[in-house]
Amino acid sequence: MRHHFYANFCFPGLLLAGLLALASPARAQTDLLRDLEKQTTDSTKREAVAATFKGTHIINSQSVETPGHGTLAFLIQHRFGTLNSGAYEFFGLDQAVLRLSFEYGLSDRLAVGVGRSSQEKTFDGFLKYRALRQSTGAHAAPVSVTLFASSAITTLKFNETANLSERTVGSRMDYAYQVLIARKFSPSLSVQLMPTLIHRNYVALAGMQNDVYAIGAGLRQKLTKRVALTADYFYVLPGYVADNYHNALGLGFDIETGGHVFQLHFTNSKGMTEKFFVPQTDGNFFKGDVYFGFTVARNFTIKSQL
Amino acid sequence: MKRPFFLLLAFFSLTALSHSHAQSKFMTKTGRVSFFSASPIEDIEAKNQQVAAVLDFAGSQLAFSVPIKAFVFKRTLMQEHFNENYMESDKFPKATFSGRFVGFDAATLATAGPHNVQVQGDLTLHGVTHHMEAPASVELKDGQLLAFAVFAVATADYNIEIPLLVRSNIAKIVTVRVALACDPVAGGAVGAATPAH
Repeated sequence: MRHHFYANFCFPGLLLAGLLALASPARAQTDLLRDLEKQTTDSTKREAVAATFKGTHIINSQSVETPGHGTLAFLIQHRFGTLNSGAYEFFGLDQAVLRLSFEYGLSDRLAVGVGRSSQEKTFDGFLKYRALRQSTGAHAAPVSVTLFASSAITTLKFNETANLSERTVGSRMDYAYQVLIARKFSPSLSVQLMPTLIHRNYVALAGMQNDVYAIGAGLRQKLTKRVALTADYFYVLPGYVADNYHNALGLGFDIETGGHVFQLHFTNSKGMTEKFFVPQTDGNFFKGDVYFGFTVARNFTIKSQL
Repeated sequence: MKRPFFLLLAFFSLTALSHSHAQSKFMTKTGRVSFFSASPIEDIEAKNQQVAAVLDFAGSQLAFSVPIKAFVFKRTLMQEHFNENYMESDKFPKATFSGRFVGFDAATLATAGPHNVQVQGDLTLHGVTHHMEAPASVELKDGQLLAFAVFAVATADYNIEIPLLVRSNIAKIVTVRVALACDPVAGGAVGAATPAH
């Protein structure tokens, strides 16, 4: 008799409830993930944009990047002679100008470095400070701003005919100040603008200026995940340098492999320190005064992050 | 006589249908996931401490959400390459897992000590979804749910391209470790009505 009751009243109800219970788990599974995502999507969280450039240099110029906390970057910058040197000079490959430098990230924002160029036997020391990092989310910043200051000293022995009273230690020194402003427009395109001031303690001719103002621009366009096209250009404001000097232009390729970045480039500038390539570029790019060069950057981890 | 019996039965059925274990849903936003790749040239290790996970024992389901940019490596350059070249984390910012516990009775949690459980589900990494199974251990201790799991992930399964030059530096199979300490979520099993056994 109980059975009779079940069959007529409880069974259909229980069956329906059972079916409903069975039907819900699969849908509830993806709901569980969706609820979790809703709870964890924090649109107010600030996220810094990383890797605006692959290295600390674009071609001639510095990029907004620093090596990072506890990382030592070693750079070898090599520039051959001009391509129009002729076959005897093996189109410039027989000549070379070199710069070696070390840059160390004291923190994620501050980096310090030293370098030495074979051109006029110049030693340089510099500081790079990441004042602002491009970021998305709360308090988003549209650009990254890095401040750069360097001082260079040439250790070349003075020519005997030089006016010795003028050539003091101070006269060997030059300073460069830059504000590097860059924006990563997309994972493949980054653009940088750099207002620059070069101060030369000693200038050889009366007509030359001690202070030179220039605006530089640089860009990086990724072609594949590891290969990018780079370019940089410095426009010296009119009146600050003599007419025989040109604006420095560089065009190149970046190839990234493991811990190295190889940068191959063509530029009309012989020098690799700000003091040389901004106000003293005498090559005319379109007349073949093009120097082929390469930069190898290798990172060493001094302080492990983990 | 039949009517009171029927009412009593209905009452018990209702309570059975809506019954949920006092603490059966747990969640964390600071779960730890780490992975390790061993190779003759270089060992690569990364740790993530911002993993969000929810474990619902009444419904036998679980879900994970792992932000890729939160993996920390010993070298900042490794972290940059991981995000830019391998995981493309601008395109795929999170790895997710949606799965269930197989044959696990929520009541087992009440007993002390770790319990083994089999987890099955879909892992979505680098935009590719793959079904996977792994053993895990769960333990309810001091009101917190501790969960541990170790499993292997093959990079090729998820379209993670490793270039020829570094192929000997990165293992084809990466070991992943999960360690969570979840807090109970108020309200128990929400949504799914399951009959208790």
